[in-house]
Amino acid sequence: MKPENARFDNVLNAAPEQFLKSWLAEAALSLDNVSIAKTAPHDAQELLASLQEALRADADVTRFDDAKWSRTRTVLSELSQSRAAQGASAGETNYFVLAIKKPFFAGLRQALDANPQAAFDAVLAASALIDRMAQWTATTYQRSRENVIQRQQQELLELSTPVVKLWEGVLAAPMIGTLDSSRTQLVMETLLQRIVETGSELAIIDITGVPTVDTLVAQHLLKTVTAIRLMGADCIISGIRPQIAQTIVQLGIDLQGIVTKATLADALSLALKKGGWAVSRPVR
Amino acid sequence: MDRIPILKMGRYLLVTIQVDLLDQTALALQDDLSERIAATAAQGVLIDISALEIVDSFVGRILASISGISAIMGATLVVVGMQPAVAITLVELGLSLDGVRTALDVERGMALLNADGASRSDH
Repeated sequence: MKPENARFDNVLNAAPEQFLKSWLAEAALSLDNVSIAKTAPHDAQELLASLQEALRADADVTRFDDAKWSRTRTVLSELSQSRAAQGASAGETNYFVLAIKKPFFAGLRQALDANPQAAFDAVLAASALIDRMAQWTATTYQRSRENVIQRQQQELLELSTPVVKLWEGVLAAPMIGTLDSSRTQLVMETLLQRIVETGSELAIIDITGVPTVDTLVAQHLLKTVTAIRLMGADCIISGIRPQIAQTIVQLGIDLQGIVTKATLADALSLALKKGGWAVSRPVR
Repeated sequence: MDRIPILKMGRYLLVTIQVDLLDQTALALQDDLSERIAATAAQGVLIDISALEIVDSFVGRILASISGISAIMGATLVVVGMQPAVAITLVELGLSLDGVRTALDVERGMALLNADGASRSDH
C-alpha cells in the first residue's frame, strides 16, 4: 500500500465508532429532514466501508475517476439519488459528504502531531479527495433531479394532448396549458394521424384551456391549421375567450382564413351544419 | 428514367404517385401534365400522393407550380391523400400551397372536382 493510503486507512480504522459519531454530528448541523437523519448512519457506514476498500486496493487518491474508486462512486450516486428522491436539498446532500472532513482531519492531526509538514500535505491530499467526492455527489444529485423533471415533462405532454371524436367525421383536440413548439408539434402529429386513421373531414382545436395567446402561439396554431388544410381536412379554432380575442386584436395577429368560434358548442354546431346534419328537438 | 403515368378519366386527369418523387421525375411530370391538359382539354386534375412519404422543398415547389399551370390552363387541381409527415414538412418549409385544393382521399377529391365542374357548367 502507498504510504498515503496507509495513513488514511489508519485514520479511518483507528476508532471507527468515534469517527462515525463525529461525522454524523457534523452532518446533522445542516440536516432538517427527519427521514434522512434516520438513514444517515447507514449511509455513512456504507461510504466509509467503500472508502476503506478503495484505499486498501491502493487506489490513487489524486484520481477519483480511477476504476478502483468505482464502488465509492456507486455508493455516492445511490446516496444522492435517494436523497434527491426524498426531497433533500443539494446543499444538505453535499454537506453530508463534506462533513467527513472534520473527523478525518482531526485523526490526521493526531497521527502526525510531531510532523507539521507531513500533516499539512496529508490534509491537503485528503481535502482534495473529499472535494472530488462532494463534486461527484453534486453532479449525480443534479442529474437525478433533471431526470425527474424530464420524466414529468414527458408525462405532462402525454397527459395534455388527447384527440377525441365528437361526431361522425368531426375530431376535437382540447388544448390545456401554454402552447410551446414541442407541445404544438405533438398535438399536430397526433391530430393529423387521427385524421388519416378516421378519415375525418373536420378538426376542432379548442383553446379554452390555453391561458394566453401571443404571436408565437398564434404562429403555432396557424401552422397546425395549414397542415390540416394540406391534408384535405378543414379546421375550426374554438374557445376564444373575450380577453384572448382582445389580445389577438391588440397584437395585430392575423387569423384571417381561419374559422374561429367562441365556444366548442358553436364549433360543433357549425361542423354539423357543414356536414349536412340537422339537430332538432321533438315537440312535446 | 421513371415517368409518372397520367390517366384520363372522362373530363379529368388522374395522377397517382407510387414511387419516391425524384427531382427529374417531378420535372418530367410537370412537362407531361401540361401537355396532357392541353391535349385533352381536361377540366380537372387529381394528384394522389398518399404513397409519398418524403418531400423536399423542390417537390413542394413543383406541386405549387403544377397548381399554377393547371389554373392558367383552366383545370382545377386537387391534391389528395397527403401524409401527416409530408404536411408537417411542407408547413415547416414555409410552403403552404395556398392555391392548391386538397382532399383526404381519391373519392372525396373526385367529389370536389365534380362539385366544381357542376358549378362551372351553371354559368
